[in-house]
Amino acid sequence: MAQVHSTHGHEDNGHASSEILGGHQSYTTVTDTIADVVLKRPLGKAWLFGFAISFALLMMFLFAVTNLLVRGIGIWGVNIPVGWGFDIVNFVWWIGIGHAGTLISAILLLLKQDWRTSINRFAEAMTLFAVACAGLYPLMHMGRPWLFYWLMPLPNTMALWPQFRSPLEFDVFAVSTYATVSLLFWYVGLIPDLATLRDRATNPLIKKLYAIPALGWRGSAIHWHRYRTAYLLLAGIATPLVVSVHTIVALDFTIGIIPGWHTTVFPPYFVAGAIFSGFAMVATLAIPLRSYFGLKDYITDKHLDNMAKVMLVTGLIVTYGYMIEGFMAWYGANTYERYQMLVDRPTGAYKHDWWLLILCNCVMTQLLWFKSIRNNIILLWLISLVINVGMWLERYVIVVISLHSDFLPSSWGMYHGTVWDYMTFYGTIGLFMTLMFLFVRILPAISIAEMRELVHELHERDEARTQATPPAARTV
Amino acid sequence: MSNRTRSDFGSQDLSELRRKLAGSSGPQYWRSLEELAGTEEFERYLHREFPEQAAEWHDPVGRRQFLQLMGASLALAGVSGCVVRPEDKIVPYVKAPEHVVPGKPLYYASAAVQEGYGSGILVESHLGRPTKVEGNPSHPASLGATDLFTQASILNLYDPDRSQSVTLNGHLTSWDALLNALIDLRTVQLAKKGAGVRFLTGTVTSPTVARLMDQVLGPKFFPQARWHQYEPVGHANRRAGIRLATGTDAEAVHHIDKADVVVSLDADFLSWGPSKLRDARNLAIRREPGPENKNPIRLYVVEPTPSITGATADHRWPLSSEEIQAVAATLARAVGVSDLPSAATELKAPWLATLVADLQKSKGKSLVLAGETQPPAIHALVHAINQALGNVGQTLTYHEPVAALAPEGQSGSISELADDIRAGRVEALFILGNNPVYDAPSELGFAATGAESSSLLLKVPTVVHLGLFNDETAQVSTWHIPEAHFLESWGDVRAFDGSATIIQPLIAPLYGGRTASEVLSTLIDGTPLPSRSLVEDTWRGNRSDSDFTAFWTKSLHDGVIADSAAKPKSVSLKPLADISWPKAGTGKYELLFRPDPTIWDGSHSNNGWLQELPKPMTRVVWDNPALISKKTADQEGLKDGDILKLTLNGRILKVPVWVNPGHAEDAITLTLGFGRSEDAGYRGRVGAGVGFDTYSLRTQNGFWSTRGVLVEKTGENYPLYSTQGHNTMVGRDLIRTGTHADYAHDPTIGPTPYGVVMHHEAAGDHGAANGHGHAEETGITPHGADPAKGLIGFEYPEPYRRRNDGELGNRWGMSINLNACIGCAACVVACQAENNIPVVGKDQVGRGREMHWLRIDRYYATESRDAEPSANPATHFQPIPCMHCETAPCEMVCPVEATSHSAEGLNEMTYNRCVGTRYCSNNCPYKVRRFNFFQYSDQLTESLKLQRNPDVSVRTRGVMEKCTYCVQRLTKARIEAQIKSPDGNDAVPGDAVATACQQACPTRAIVFGNMNDRSSAVAKAKEDPRNYSLLAELNTRPRTTYLAKLTNPNTAIEA
Amino acid sequence: MSDIATIHESSHSPSSAATAGEVYGLIAEFIEPNDVVRAARRAYRAGYRKMDGYSPLPVAGLAEAIGFKKNRVATLVLIGGVTGACSGMFMQWFASTVHYPLIIAGRPYASWPSFVPITFELGILFAAFSAVFGMLILNGLPQHYHPIFNAPGFDLASQNRFFLCIEATDPKFHLTQTREFLESLGARNISLVEH
Repeated sequence: MAQVHSTHGHEDNGHASSEILGGHQSYTTVTDTIADVVLKRPLGKAWLFGFAISFALLMMFLFAVTNLLVRGIGIWGVNIPVGWGFDIVNFVWWIGIGHAGTLISAILLLLKQDWRTSINRFAEAMTLFAVACAGLYPLMHMGRPWLFYWLMPLPNTMALWPQFRSPLEFDVFAVSTYATVSLLFWYVGLIPDLATLRDRATNPLIKKLYAIPALGWRGSAIHWHRYRTAYLLLAGIATPLVVSVHTIVALDFTIGIIPGWHTTVFPPYFVAGAIFSGFAMVATLAIPLRSYFGLKDYITDKHLDNMAKVMLVTGLIVTYGYMIEGFMAWYGANTYERYQMLVDRPTGAYKHDWWLLILCNCVMTQLLWFKSIRNNIILLWLISLVINVGMWLERYVIVVISLHSDFLPSSWGMYHGTVWDYMTFYGTIGLFMTLMFLFVRILPAISIAEMRELVHELHERDEARTQATPPAARTV
Repeated sequence: MSNRTRSDFGSQDLSELRRKLAGSSGPQYWRSLEELAGTEEFERYLHREFPEQAAEWHDPVGRRQFLQLMGASLALAGVSGCVVRPEDKIVPYVKAPEHVVPGKPLYYASAAVQEGYGSGILVESHLGRPTKVEGNPSHPASLGATDLFTQASILNLYDPDRSQSVTLNGHLTSWDALLNALIDLRTVQLAKKGAGVRFLTGTVTSPTVARLMDQVLGPKFFPQARWHQYEPVGHANRRAGIRLATGTDAEAVHHIDKADVVVSLDADFLSWGPSKLRDARNLAIRREPGPENKNPIRLYVVEPTPSITGATADHRWPLSSEEIQAVAATLARAVGVSDLPSAATELKAPWLATLVADLQKSKGKSLVLAGETQPPAIHALVHAINQALGNVGQTLTYHEPVAALAPEGQSGSISELADDIRAGRVEALFILGNNPVYDAPSELGFAATGAESSSLLLKVPTVVHLGLFNDETAQVSTWHIPEAHFLESWGDVRAFDGSATIIQPLIAPLYGGRTASEVLSTLIDGTPLPSRSLVEDTWRGNRSDSDFTAFWTKSLHDGVIADSAAKPKSVSLKPLADISWPKAGTGKYELLFRPDPTIWDGSHSNNGWLQELPKPMTRVVWDNPALISKKTADQEGLKDGDILKLTLNGRILKVPVWVNPGHAEDAITLTLGFGRSEDAGYRGRVGAGVGFDTYSLRTQNGFWSTRGVLVEKTGENYPLYSTQGHNTMVGRDLIRTGTHADYAHDPTIGPTPYGVVMHHEAAGDHGAANGHGHAEETGITPHGADPAKGLIGFEYPEPYRRRNDGELGNRWGMSINLNACIGCAACVVACQAENNIPVVGKDQVGRGREMHWLRIDRYYATESRDAEPSANPATHFQPIPCMHCETAPCEMVCPVEATSHSAEGLNEMTYNRCVGTRYCSNNCPYKVRRFNFFQYSDQLTESLKLQRNPDVSVRTRGVMEKCTYCVQRLTKARIEAQIKSPDGNDAVPGDAVATACQQACPTRAIVFGNMNDRSSAVAKAKEDPRNYSLLAELNTRPRTTYLAKLTNPNTAIEA
Repeated sequence: MSDIATIHESSHSPSSAATAGEVYGLIAEFIEPNDVVRAARRAYRAGYRKMDGYSPLPVAGLAEAIGFKKNRVATLVLIGGVTGACSGMFMQWFASTVHYPLIIAGRPYASWPSFVPITFELGILFAAFSAVFGMLILNGLPQHYHPIFNAPGFDLASQNRFFLCIEATDPKFHLTQTREFLESLGARNISLVEH
């Protein structure tokens, strides 16, 4: 029977295509192509090579962290007055990158942007891994990291609680909530696909491995019904969450009184900046991914074009944020803020970083106005890289330049990252890439179920257009 | 409190002790007075069964642990000294001596010795180990204050690198072996009347040592021996000047308090000299506005190298040494000193005339001072000037000499000693405390460098060296004897005015050290008498036993011997015509030698606290760069850290430069005390390899200044680290300064843009334009006149509110008078000693990780916001402790409540709770928080553990720390108050408690106390119209506020 | 297709012998989503109640068609969110005013504006938990065994096929009649699902 059914299984149904879904796709084709990347495709040389490099970086990270724990935070460049350096810069950078995933999945879902379907899965994965990297920094940057749990609200006999007025405490809750919700969102989306893999896997062991997380999903109509509601609601609550998380990260600075931190424009432009860098990272990853795994039909030029447009818009918002910072410093006539914004940043000891930041985030982004550039994959990829660098520099400028020259000139000082700072930073990139490489091998990088849905919807549209005979008639 | 505790010493049965001592022979070791007195109880414990003790030794109760440590270090000393006498050294407090309550310190009066002169101190002792040195209020030279060296001396005591055993030609040997050798030597030399014997000491004011020297040099012993005195940084010129002017030996004492106009000719009297603490105090009093100070003092300073005295001056001119001599001559002529040597040149300067006018206006109320760096001729001239101005007897008095002198014909300089050695006339040389190989003038050849292939001392058959350290001289001496630190030995010393103090030991010698008097007594009696009995013999005189006991007890208790001050001496000035006038050298650059502000002459080079203490003017740490002016730097194309090659008569020194605003043009200042190396035989782990050996260029003729140095840029660079990031105030309202005229016009000294001393309205206007935080402008009353009102419309939470309202309890506050602060940095070291603050080393300081809880900011006034300091800028100091803000930004951002506010208004740091996010430091606008990036505090070295203040926790890695207002002292005071008060009210009387910085401050610039006590000094200071808070516009409501600085410029010169 | 049906019959014990005990139900396979929806509606009209549809993608209207009215996930999420927010605010208020009040930067003990972010985050967290776990629990997942997986070719239910299963527990269920009824719905092939 099995083969009998498999023959029937091969009978095609669905049929659709559009600018966001290349080729002539059906339930079967989408299922096969995406699932086979995981189940059938052999390990490629390129994948092995990339994975090897990432893993090496990860090992370097472990080395750096070990040294950190043994010798102390002093191996980094941080000092008084610059008490935060690469640690917080990287934390904010990663958390920013971690915003695109949930944003794409949630907000675009609510906005019924069906082009999101093919990128949301790995965008969410990217979010998770980025947040994982981000979450490491607040732990590592503590003077006594082994006491990190003191930041958790653990009832204890000494009645010691965290200090709930501190933005760092906000962070603890915001980031952990964000990580948890993103994980749930991602996993819930995965359940039907895990079921698919379970049912397609031939190797009994692998079948088991997929069967366990699939939770015995059987695609029951009633289950689907609750599933859809839960998924939509998750999207609904994830959306304000995304905004709140980077707002709270912005509060880390705005609640401080340091000139260059203490400004109301931070929350909105931090959120914009997060989306900015997030989409840049998605593009950075999606472009090689789709060409290597031959998913061009699923991640089409239209997708990239849309992402480029989002980058352009958010880039402009960020630029506006910079302008407002400067204007407010001048208009507010605060001696210290004026000095920080109008003297120290453009002309001070760190002026090169500042100008480079302006070049990356404000100037380069303008190229995205031109369709020709948006559609030139190579250029787009390069620009996305530039934006990643630019957003890192933005955080560097905010954290380091603001701290290095605050109120009393007597205590001004300089900061430079040490070799250990760099090792840790590149190390987390290694961690991120390692997880990414593993992900694309063991889980469907594109949501199969949602692709089927997409096929279905597009198919329905075609039907409507061509007044074709009722589908039932086409059954043999 | 100290009254009760200090008196305890006197309560011992001293006649008993003395009897024991009289009867005893040979070296005495004792740990407690019980032991000395030999009570049976004590004897019994002494011979306890070992196991019993062993049990105690493993008991980790603090007191016994201390004994354990003590035992360890003493046993160490015992073993290395081959003195197997542990039972003499390790004696547990099985029954505590009288007054010893664990946890309650005792205070003993003693004296600290610098350059031979003494300054009274009170030493805090916890269960037999001294932990902190404070000034003795009843001592004329201290007046309750201390300088940075006295504060740091406690660390020298516990220095693990101190010399720990007698050595013979560098090999360990025993004290007994030395005694035998000395006795042989004695018999040999007695035959020759000591013809081959030479003594080398520093300045000696100790009556006991003086007495013994007299005996040794007396007819009975070594009449043919000679006594040479040498000090790399001392009082030779001053004393020579007096001899030159008066023809006799005398002590000149100046009285700043009586002077309206003081002119300093390169006299850095605030940081140099036996009366510096007293002078600083008097100067501060005379600078303070008020009814009792109608015409405030005016200080003119001419000096080549910027000093804190110059920074404090109302007028300062950077001049070369020759120009200063010319100024002296000009002044002399102007005030009517006729018989000047013909060689004396004059200086033509408009301001000089004004200065003379000012002097003549205040005859008898003026004072002209010449610095030690000036040749005797100038000192003589200055004495003449003062006489001409009628200051003698008023602001300048002459007394019998305080420092001991060798009998006629037996005194000699170090160069004469060198000649004698070369001529082979020296058979036995006793070096008592000196280190000539390191610090003697280089051409004499004590050091193996230069012309001499080996040290001159090797030519002497027997060299006996007594020193704290196993230093350069010890390496080439036949015998080296570890010297006892002044905190572990009996002795006596005189102050600037002759007042004598008995030095009493706080602890038995850690490393079996000896005193100079013990060595001398060996030569006299053939066996060393204990220093205690030697001192007693000096002071017994013809007193009866009972009288003497009373006298002795009182003297020890008071810390100063009643009416021991030197008698006034009437002197007549001799004509000056034939004095030898210093002849000007040739060469573009003048090379100046100055003591290092923190390491001095090198005697503190192994003291981490002082190495890491920023130099008051340059803020540089762990180095002694050559100081030059901006102009010179531009001419030679130099910037900070560029290495300069100096060549002076054949000797070469490569040293990095530091541009020092206010430095004289075409002059290079080298500070002494650095560049000690293992190869040269220096054994200090802290000081070795730090800085550059400037002594190598120093000669007899160019002792303080010389010309003819060749300057060459090498192009190499050297990392120099300063703790201050930026030298100007970039137009911010940080230090408020005004003139006494401004004050008369409007006592509220407003914000001073650019820190320029300018007229007040202008300042006010500009401040307003800048939106600076002047009280009126921001509507914030800096010292919280209405503390009960919340800031954002709520009341402070109980119980904070009621204390804050002044209803009950304590409301701590501090006021720092910038008018009094001279930037001497004693407070910084005091804070470090009190609060167990670690030393982090040059590299960490370079990374911006110094740990000082209290720092002193040094700003140069500039003409505009972005201007660089001028060639001779006004310099301002601002001590910055924690401000203890009522709305502390640091507390708001700590995620774990590790820093929170006490009901008494302290911003408290809970080390145990801190996880080290460092956000509090980032958010501190004053950047007073310090972070343990590594495990900074040394928790392994035994001897350093003894030094720690047991009331202050030693911080570990990853923890934030900062100024606590010495909360341990506050708590002690609160408890005492609570015990005293019937209703258990813990309110401390306003001035009953002092922070460490406050207690050390010579000028009493720092005032601290309970602001709820309206009569307290701090409450009054907060009412002072000059009171303002730093960065008030941030609304942090600091509990530490400042009093604006007032200067008293001569308008005739300003115009 | 009839021969396929016979293969099915022969493969099972004769339908007459089959009792409700062993039989879970009859399952019909469809190719297009719309067919299964249409089939479900007709089955419901025919009076069948105990049935369920299976699809590789959420098919609009299928659940309604088999008579599924309301899923209570939304209610759970609301309750969860409110609970989270309240407990968040309470925890902060209790900690900083009752349990261990400390003076922080001169602010009042209950400085509620500073408590808002954490309150919000906890609301979100609890809501998310109740959405996911509520959905799973209501769906009876995770489920270690379900007879529907015995249905031949059911692996396609997670790929490209759509199924309608009428369960034996339905009072109107009868092996032959129900099979005929399903055939009449134009089902691709009908097979017996056993426990």
